[in-house]
Amino acid sequence: MNDMTPTREERAEKLQGMGCRRKRVEDIRFTQGKGQYVDDIKLPGMLFGDFVRSPYAHARIKHIDKSKALAMKGVIAVLTAEDLKPVKLDWMPTLAGDVQMVLADGKVLFQNQEVAFVIAEDRYIASDACELVEVEYEALEVLVDPFKALAPNAPELREDLRGKTEGAHGKRIHHNHIFNWQVGDKAATDAAISNGEVTIKEMISYHRTHPCPLETCQALASMDKIKGELTLWGTFQAPHVVRTVASLLSGIPEAKIHVIAPDIGGGFGNKVGVYPGYVCAIVGSIVLGKPVKWVEDRMENLTATSFARDYHMTTEISATKEGKVTGLKVHILADHGAFDACADPSKWPAGFANIVTGSYDFPVAHLEVDGVYTNKAPGGVAYRCSFRVTEAAYCIERAMDILAQKLGMDPADLRMKNFIQPQQFPYQSALGWEYDSGDYPTALKKGMETINYRALREEQKAKQEAFKRGETREIMGIGVSFFTEIVGAGPSRNCDILGVGMFDSAEIRVHPTGSIIARMGTKSQGQAHETTYAQIIATELGIEADKIMIEEGNTDTAPYGLGTYGSRSTPVAGAATAMAARKIRAKAQMIAAHLLEVSDYDVEWDIDRFRVKGLPEKFKTMTEIAWAAYNNVPEGMEPGLEAVNYYDPPNMTYPFGAYICVMDIDVDTGVAKTRRFYALDDCGTRINPMVIEGQVHGGCTEGFAIAMGQEIRYDEMGNCVTGSLMDFFLPTAVETPHWETDFTVTPSPHHPIGAKGVGESPNVGSVPAFSNAVNDAFAFLNAGHIQMPHDAWRTWEVAERLGLHD
Amino acid sequence: MAKTHVTMTINGQEVEALVEPRTLLIHFLREQMLLTGPHIGCETSHCGACTVDMNDMSVKSCTVFAVQANGANITTIEGMAAADGTLSALQEGFRMMHGLQCGYCTPGMITRAHRLLIENPDPSEDEIRMGIAGNICRCTGYQNIVKAIQYAAAKINGVPFHEAAE
Repeated sequence: MNDMTPTREERAEKLQGMGCRRKRVEDIRFTQGKGQYVDDIKLPGMLFGDFVRSPYAHARIKHIDKSKALAMKGVIAVLTAEDLKPVKLDWMPTLAGDVQMVLADGKVLFQNQEVAFVIAEDRYIASDACELVEVEYEALEVLVDPFKALAPNAPELREDLRGKTEGAHGKRIHHNHIFNWQVGDKAATDAAISNGEVTIKEMISYHRTHPCPLETCQALASMDKIKGELTLWGTFQAPHVVRTVASLLSGIPEAKIHVIAPDIGGGFGNKVGVYPGYVCAIVGSIVLGKPVKWVEDRMENLTATSFARDYHMTTEISATKEGKVTGLKVHILADHGAFDACADPSKWPAGFANIVTGSYDFPVAHLEVDGVYTNKAPGGVAYRCSFRVTEAAYCIERAMDILAQKLGMDPADLRMKNFIQPQQFPYQSALGWEYDSGDYPTALKKGMETINYRALREEQKAKQEAFKRGETREIMGIGVSFFTEIVGAGPSRNCDILGVGMFDSAEIRVHPTGSIIARMGTKSQGQAHETTYAQIIATELGIEADKIMIEEGNTDTAPYGLGTYGSRSTPVAGAATAMAARKIRAKAQMIAAHLLEVSDYDVEWDIDRFRVKGLPEKFKTMTEIAWAAYNNVPEGMEPGLEAVNYYDPPNMTYPFGAYICVMDIDVDTGVAKTRRFYALDDCGTRINPMVIEGQVHGGCTEGFAIAMGQEIRYDEMGNCVTGSLMDFFLPTAVETPHWETDFTVTPSPHHPIGAKGVGESPNVGSVPAFSNAVNDAFAFLNAGHIQMPHDAWRTWEVAERLGLHD
Repeated sequence: MAKTHVTMTINGQEVEALVEPRTLLIHFLREQMLLTGPHIGCETSHCGACTVDMNDMSVKSCTVFAVQANGANITTIEGMAAADGTLSALQEGFRMMHGLQCGYCTPGMITRAHRLLIENPDPSEDEIRMGIAGNICRCTGYQNIVKAIQYAAAKINGVPFHEAAE
């Protein structure tokens, strides 16, 4: 029975554990059309809900007449704010400590705001009936520009907050002001800036955009009035939090609410928050005792559920003449739209924007953020990034390029000169973070060598000369970005959502025959959790990954967790997985020693077994131990082999990377062609390189879109003019560049397996690389800072402004 | 609303049903035929998640009425594997080359690639990229989708597949 034939390498390989390019478990159902997404679920007697939405960005509601809609055959109910008031659901709390209208209460504050909810027998009838709901509006003055929000005569948007001088995050100084948040040493930073030998100051905007997963937000609520139980299927990145919120709002005990997040068609931050559609489906089902489904369409998704970014960052850096940075000062004007529905940990109104010192050793820094209301959709979600980290990374990476230009230094050399050095870790940043580990110079050097950076600069110089001589109409840009992320929220001492600490969890059960089921508090939206968590367990417990089933998304069976966003699954739930597995291994060691009739300390772990020290032929495999756990345990030991771990990380993790973009721009058309894009990521220990590369490809494609044209834009009346895929840029295979991936490995010292998380790094890192490439291309023409997005029209306009078409 | 009688062949099976004239083909397939493989991503024919094969053409079923498909021969992702359950070369290629993540675009993407490889059995990378330009993927950045289609083309053509370097 104790087969010694396979070598240790063969045994390790058979596990398909950490580090291997394991093919994905999920693909078997997805490639056959057998995934199950919310809209695939069909229940008997199911009804459909649809919204009447406001055509105005700011208006008073004078009257709503729903009689014609109610008279239509197949229409069951029409809900308005008045109907929600008796159950106190006309408004709901947001994750950011604000409140948000579920259905318009007296006025509307953004275009496409939810005004009434029609419930009908099918989705076609619901849509027809929405047309029959008559709403009388009185248009009000519209506020679109965040820079005008705090003007004394700016229209008052939030009448519900009138007289409230204290918000969830301190003092409000104006009726459209949400919060002021400051970090760092202001006096020392002001002194450093005013004494700087060289200084720069620039307003760097990160425009409003949207995560736009291919599957929109949707929910299906089913109230069983007999049992008093509510089952809720939905596109939830954080199903446990949704259950807690649903319980708090509805008064139904949490144990009687079953939240199920089935397969999710991409999230990217869009599916973290709680939306009026979810609430209305729940209320509809509770009132009617029938299942009610709500599925938003693409236009509703882009215009109403959770934008991202919209940060306007006035940035100052001081430095010595030699290019050593001495201070960083950033003021951010944050446009939150009509309600502050930002999805950040509760105590962080601007997320972790104080990672804005980036990869550089700033002795002093100060960050100040003012949040304001405008007549735009609410949100402020982390579109494939940790909370506001993308904005911060863009800010510092763009600013470093601006400084390099002012100093006449190469931007890569300037970065190299100011990097936090490997021996400085753990590193205390001027804005309060403790970076866990990093080796920045090695990463950037590797990137520069791989892409042959110096030769590219020579080529660029030659092309600039040729351009000046009129021999070419093309200019060349090289965009360097060296980002540091902060992911894996978080230590519960400073990170919570609505008071629940941001730990995460894993529960592992080994069955008698040695197969395993493991359940997590997170929820994959395409990140391959079913594949990669199994790899962690395979390595930790010596059981083949193919025998390990991973289950997420069902709040009845999964341990409580805070969900998947902010690249927190690997740093937090991945750690919980390793820790739970180690509890099991510790018990297995005692069982093995018992079976081998030696003391616990006389056995040692060996890939998939415990063996007697010095006697490798005497061993018990984990499969044998699993069987024994159910029939032959040491006296006094509980039978069974399972464990749960709730992991509260001691610190965040700090992945980093070096991205370089080489671009050629035709000044006559404004068309930019990405010649090469190199992405080196250091995410610590690599669990599945195939999955990591896939994440980097996808994140870079999103970054490419954002930098080169993707945006949510409003006209002066507050009409969203990018509300469909006709206008909102999602790149196809034709425009998307080819991605070159690379890596270094600097494990996190505090994470059980040294992993840091990678899903969001490519979005964070690629946007500045693209934008810096465009700016770098025009730098020799003294174009100044060019704002994103860099679509062909705007790029052509830059060339026009510079007189290149004369 | 008065209903119209339609017949069509879906994944080799002849079906008949009553549909409202305004019912979209995607809703007919998903809700009446319970074929939930094809998805809805945009309602405006941009994203291709709803792609099905209709009379030997790739069609976006969110902008076709079910009545327009009367008499048609339709194949969805559910009809791609062999009768014995063996996956098609494309289904295998997408898994082997990591050509999918959330899986939402995958049924439409594979269905489109199926028709592409019939139209052009040995496409270049550029021809593949152009050939799937009507299908949007938000997760993969397309690079591995291209490889998956190359893998399938090689398998169908009986030639060895050489994976391009990163």
